[in-house]
Amino acid sequence: MSKPEHTHDLSCKQLLASIGDYVEGGLSPDLCQEIERHMAGCEHCRVVVDTLNKTIILYHASAHEAEVPTDVRGRLFQVLKLDDLLEKKP
Amino acid sequence: MIDQAEQPLSLEALRAGDRAEFARMVETYYTPIYRLALKMLAHEQDAEDVLQNTFLKALQHIGAFEGRSSLSTWLYRIAANEALMLLRRKRPELSIDESADETDDTLPLPEQFTDWCCLPEKEFVTTEAKKQLDRAIQELPEKLRIVFLLRDIEGLSIKETGEALNLTETAVKTRLLRARLALREHLSAYFTERLPSEP
Repeated sequence: MSKPEHTHDLSCKQLLASIGDYVEGGLSPDLCQEIERHMAGCEHCRVVVDTLNKTIILYHASAHEAEVPTDVRGRLFQVLKLDDLLEKKP
Repeated sequence: MIDQAEQPLSLEALRAGDRAEFARMVETYYTPIYRLALKMLAHEQDAEDVLQNTFLKALQHIGAFEGRSSLSTWLYRIAANEALMLLRRKRPELSIDESADETDDTLPLPEQFTDWCCLPEKEFVTTEAKKQLDRAIQELPEKLRIVFLLRDIEGLSIKETGEALNLTETAVKTRLLRARLALREHLSAYFTERLPSEP
């Protein structure tokens, strides 16, 4: 990522600063093209962007797996004095 | 992201103290609020305390809720404050306020360059990899972790995350990027040990 002989239009550090907007699709087409040109000639930056995308896929895959235990839900309704309105979960 | 209730919640009824509507609001939001607290605190009893305190405070203040943010952002804001207060009680030096680091545009440079991006999904979305990710999330500094959880796990927009945490959008973006890069480093180190070495 920080090769001293680096001579691309967009430095690796600049790419790093834009990476967040890039992976979210929030950059202008011109800047996207510049980043893609940079990555075509810079293997380290390409790996960083690709594995960052994969990291995002991985945590999205597990984001909503946590279930709330039934007794936690029951105690919450009790504390709020709403237990008469607690609907049974199937 | 929060699943929307079939019928939108009525702010008018909530403000007027309608118990059934409040119960419907709790039913709609208790799962994401608990999930946020659990991932923030990694402690089931603490997460339950945050869950209960969030809705107790919501019950106490719903009458004055002006609707300047969405109901969900308001609840996340209460929950984030509760979680951070709990952490501060354990570590009084903890601060998530905006500070000099938001104006410092030097990001930590990546150090891991193993190319694990082309692993088939079934080989990288594994139970063990998810556990590694959970560990990596717990190792994030709290000020990065809360931004990451709200934005990337709960699906709030950058603007909503800023509203929930009283941060500028620039600060949210900076912290989010730092968090994502830190998680990528951690996972890259994990996958480096698992990829077959080149001949």
